[in-house]
Formats: sequence, C-alpha cells, structure tokens
Amino acid sequence: MNWIFDLIAATLRTATPLVFGTIGETYAERAGVLNLGIEGTMYAGAFSGFAGAYLTGSVLVGLALAVVVGITSGAIMAVMTVTLGANQHVSGLGLTIALVGLSDFSNKLLFSGSGTDLKRIEPFPAWDPFAGLGDVGAIFNQYGLTYVAFLVVAPVAWWVLGRTPLGLSIRAVGENPEAADAAGISVARIRYLALMIGGGLMATGGAFITLAVLGSFTLDIIAGRGWVCIALVIFGRWRIWRGVGGALIFAAVFSLGLRLRIVPGGDAVPPELLLALPYLAVIAALAVSGRNVAYPGAYLKPYRRT
Amino acid sequence: MTRRYDLSRAGIMGATTSGTARVSIMAVLITVGFTTTLFLLAGANPIEAYLQYLVVPLTKQFTLLEVLVASTPILLTGAAVAIAFRAGFWNIGAEGQLLAGAVAAAAIGPLVGDLSPWLAIPLMIAGGALAGAAWVLVPALLRVRLGIDEVVTTLLLNPVALLMVNALLHGPWRDPKTGFPESPRIAASAIYPDLIPKSRLHLGFVVALVVILVAWFVMTRTAAGLRMRAVGLSPHAARFAGMNVERTLLRVALVSGAIAGIAGVGEVAGIQHKLTSGLSSGFGYTGIVVAMLGGLTMPGVLLAGLLLGDLTVGASSASRALNIPSEMGEVVQGVLLLVTVGLLAVRHGRVTRSDPPPDEAEVDLEPAGAGSGEPGPRAPVEPVPI
Repeated sequence: MNWIFDLIAATLRTATPLVFGTIGETYAERAGVLNLGIEGTMYAGAFSGFAGAYLTGSVLVGLALAVVVGITSGAIMAVMTVTLGANQHVSGLGLTIALVGLSDFSNKLLFSGSGTDLKRIEPFPAWDPFAGLGDVGAIFNQYGLTYVAFLVVAPVAWWVLGRTPLGLSIRAVGENPEAADAAGISVARIRYLALMIGGGLMATGGAFITLAVLGSFTLDIIAGRGWVCIALVIFGRWRIWRGVGGALIFAAVFSLGLRLRIVPGGDAVPPELLLALPYLAVIAALAVSGRNVAYPGAYLKPYRRT
Repeated sequence: MTRRYDLSRAGIMGATTSGTARVSIMAVLITVGFTTTLFLLAGANPIEAYLQYLVVPLTKQFTLLEVLVASTPILLTGAAVAIAFRAGFWNIGAEGQLLAGAVAAAAIGPLVGDLSPWLAIPLMIAGGALAGAAWVLVPALLRVRLGIDEVVTTLLLNPVALLMVNALLHGPWRDPKTGFPESPRIAASAIYPDLIPKSRLHLGFVVALVVILVAWFVMTRTAAGLRMRAVGLSPHAARFAGMNVERTLLRVALVSGAIAGIAGVGEVAGIQHKLTSGLSSGFGYTGIVVAMLGGLTMPGVLLAGLLLGDLTVGASSASRALNIPSEMGEVVQGVLLLVTVGLLAVRHGRVTRSDPPPDEAEVDLEPAGAGSGEPGPRAPVEPVPI
C-alpha cells in the first residue's frame, strides 16, 4: 500500500508547476489571447527565481523576482498582441525563444565564471503536518507552494474568474470584445491585466521547480511543461478545476511511468517511452475530448474599434 | 460635411502613418538598445560585437562557407514553416519532423553501402521526407477531421521526437564497442559529397536551394499554389469558391513535414554521418524565425535563412573573440521575431483601418452558429494579421 501514497504524493508534486501554468494560461486565453510565451515564461521564472535566491540568499526574494519577471513577460505579450495586434502564435513563440535565450545567456554570464560545479541554493523546506499518521501522512509531505497551488491559487482563480466583476470582464473581453467595449469595459486594460496575472502564475510554476524541488538551475529545466499546459487548458475547456484535474491526470501518468521502471521486468521498456507517454496521452485526450470544443469567442483575434 | 469627413480621414491616415514610422524606428532602437545592453553586460564593446556578429563571418572564406553550412537546415525548416503558415496550417513541429527525418536517414544510411550514391542519396532523402510527413500526419488529420488545434499537437510531438531519438541511441543503436549513444555510421555512398574540398559545405545546401526554388514556383506559378494561398487568406472564401479546404490543408501539412524531414537528412548525411542526440540545435524553431522574417515568401526565406546563418556563425565567433555567451544568438533571434511580427501587425493595422471590407466579408460568410454560442468546429483562425 505504501507505494500508492508515495505515488499520490509524487503526483501532487509533479502537478504543481502544471497547475500554476495551466491557470495562468487559462486567464490569458479566457481574455482572448493564446500565450505561447508560457514555456519561456516558466523557464525565465525558474531561472530568475534561482538567480534571485542564489544572489540574495533568500528563496522568498527569488520567488518575488520570478513573479516580477513573469508579470513583465505577460506585459510584453500584451504589448505585442493587444497594443500592436500582432499574430499571437508567432509573438508567443518569439517571446519563448527570447526568454529561454536570455535565461541561458544570463546563466552563463552569472554562474559559469567560477568553475563548473553546479550552483545550489537551500530550497524551500517541505512541510509535513501529518507525519504522525504514517504512510497516509506521506501524501501531505509537500512543499508550501504545492499547498498554495491547490488550496489558494486554484480556488481563488476559480472564484475571481467566475464570481467577481473582474472575472466577468475577463470573460467578456475574451468572448465578445465589441459588447464588452460597448458596456464600458476597457478591452485593452483587461487583457493586459489577464496576461500579467497569467504571466506571474506561469513564472511561479517555473520557480517551484528550481526553488523547491531541485534547489538548482539546469538547462532545459522546463522541458516542454509549458506546452503541456497549453494542451491542458484545451483539455479543461478553459475551466479552472477541469484544468487542475487534467494536470493531476498528466502528473499521475508521469509519476506512474517513472515508477514502472523499477518494478521487475520494467527495465525492458525504454524509459524514454514512459517519458513520452504523457505527451501522447494528452494528444489522445485532445483527440477524444477536444473535438468541437467551444474556443473563447475572440480567441486569437486582436480587438480594434471600427 | 465633406470637409469634415476629409479632415477626419486625413487625421486617421496621418496619425497612423506617422505612428508606423515611429513604431519602426522604435522597434529598431529597441532591438539595438536591448542587444547593446546585453553586450555591455557581457563586458564587450557593442560596435565590435555587431561587427563580430554580422560582418566578420563574411570576411573569410572559411567562415563564409560555414555561414552556408549553418543556413542549410534553417533554409529548409524556414521553407517548411513558410509553406504551412501561408496556408494557415500552424506547424510549430518542424523540430520534431526534422528529427524524424534524421532518424530515417540514420536507419537507411548504413544499409545502402552497395548502391551507387546516385541511388543511395535520393533513397535517403525520400525516406527522410516520408518520415517528416508521417510525423505531421496525426496533427494534420486531427486538424482537418476533428478541428483540433494543430499548434498544440505539433508542439507536443517535438519532445516526443527527441525522446524517440534518445530511446534509439540508448537502446538498439548504441555503439556496441564504445557504449556511446551514437548510431552506426552511414555508408560512404550515402554521405552528401562536399561541394568545395576541405570545407564542410555539403550537397544539402544545393538540396535546400532546389527545394526553395521548387516551392517558389509552386506557390507563385501554379493552381495548387493559388489554392494554398487562398485557403490561407480566407478559408471561408476559399470554400465558397469551391475549393476543398481540408484536402489543401492536409497536403500542405504533409509537404511541410516532408521538407522539414529533408532538413534532418542533411544534418545526418552532410555533417554528423550518424545520429546523435545533439543533432538539432533548435533548427525547427529557428525555421519559424526565418519564415516570419522572410515574410512567408521563398525569396524572403532565402535571405532570412542566410542572415540567420550569418548570425549563428557570428554568435560562435563572438563567443570566442569577445567572450559573449553564444546564447546571445538565441536572444537576438527571439527579439528579431518579436520585432518583425510587431512591425507586420502595425503595417497591417494601417491597411485594414483605412480599408475595412475584407474583415466584414469574412464575417458574412461565417455560419450562423458561430455567433449564437454554439460550438463551432474550431475558432476561425485569422491568418492575415501576422
């Protein structure tokens, strides 16, 4: 039974960056902007979080820096797609290429001068409130950011998007910007806001990996998680809790795949196949559930008053 | 009334025209300012750095040939992306298709030692093209049959392709003697011959030029090219005009994947002579930069591909000469892409604001369901405001 609790704990941990990323992307897309800058934003969040923590000695400062970088990244995406009305696919990819390059560039500049040893920080400690419960308690042995993702960010994001005037404005500018504009909502301002909130969340997801799980930064650390979030948003049909559910399913498949390698006979299966499994599972899930999904009405469309 | 109308119109035109000029100047200034800052951060003289990046590679024969070597794969991926984008198929998966083509080349290459190069090389190119097309087949079918966003599916297959390469290199293809994760060397008859002795410039560059020439001819001079561009400009109008939008998209997607696959063949047959996991340094993504910089036209792809080849060689020479991290090349690519797409949007914005009919025409042809909240098969993708 022990391994089941271990698997659940690993699933929650693996899902955490995906939950941040998916919710961030959901906000952007509900406002009508596909943000393919997510991969680069998570990467920049992972790097800037680590760099901030390493240079100041405080993981909290690192986390704050990552959030600022993420908000800035969202603002750049907003300048491109809202103010200039540029193509969203290409703007997002350009942002990702630039941010990944910039992070690697800064990494080399800051950390490669003195020797080749891996720079490490003291990461966020895990929180284990139910250690006395034995095996079941292992589920709750998690990092603070995992608790934040599931117990704070997801419910608040759901509540704001679904139950507040701000959320209504975000959905309105994403579904029907003309009507929102006529109702006195500033389409540009709401889209900027949604992209900046989303960017901050994405960067937090990236920073979770360096600041909590690893305590160090390595190249290609995000490894396509941002693209997975894009797929999870569609899988979740632009709903917060469905997206969180998708992230949990993806993380469960991923964690299970890693564990299958150590069962007897499991080494006959190439580990790469198990690593590829979640990506293929997402594509399969899109093929089954993704047909005829209702995209936000103004998806990919820049808004111009005519 | 007339006078007032004229004035307001002149006001709009004047404002946006001067706005365009301002934005263009700003964009160039931002790029230069941004890169200058990075050069200064890296402790290099910016003017010297610009010379290293853009001019120095062109001044010596060896580095000039290296520019052509570096541009070979991105000319092909650039062409692949440009063709797909032009038809409104957002193929972001050139990276994966390139790797699929490389795998095919590495599989065929060692087996064709008994054939003459005249047979072996075309066989390998065909294999790579098929593999690239196969890699995009599922996303293409999902898009045209079920309306599932190809951006996501083509993107997700990129890491899968890299995992496939690693699985092969750590599994069946691992070097049995040394244990290195490298596939068996391809046969001598399958190696792309060098175009100039003692250089790395190989047949792949000619292959890239031929592909671009053929693609240019097909896109601008044939009915298939017209259909393709029509579907890209407005799928609704193209369907209204009796064109089979789905079939066109499917064909374009497969051709795009095939060209990206040929790029992978070139890296195996021309450079590495075997499959390695570091075969592609993001050539598929650079192809998107090339395609956009080139304005999705083949002459543009040719120029942009050579420019980015120049930048790539410049980035590595600058990292040696001035100790600027070579990742700077990637930053410049990303910023260039953002600036280009921003400028295009500003230019397009001016055109549509003074001339609104195209958008309205498209709205009129849309099925009524789209407006009533009923889920359409897919949000109509507007390929125009690139």
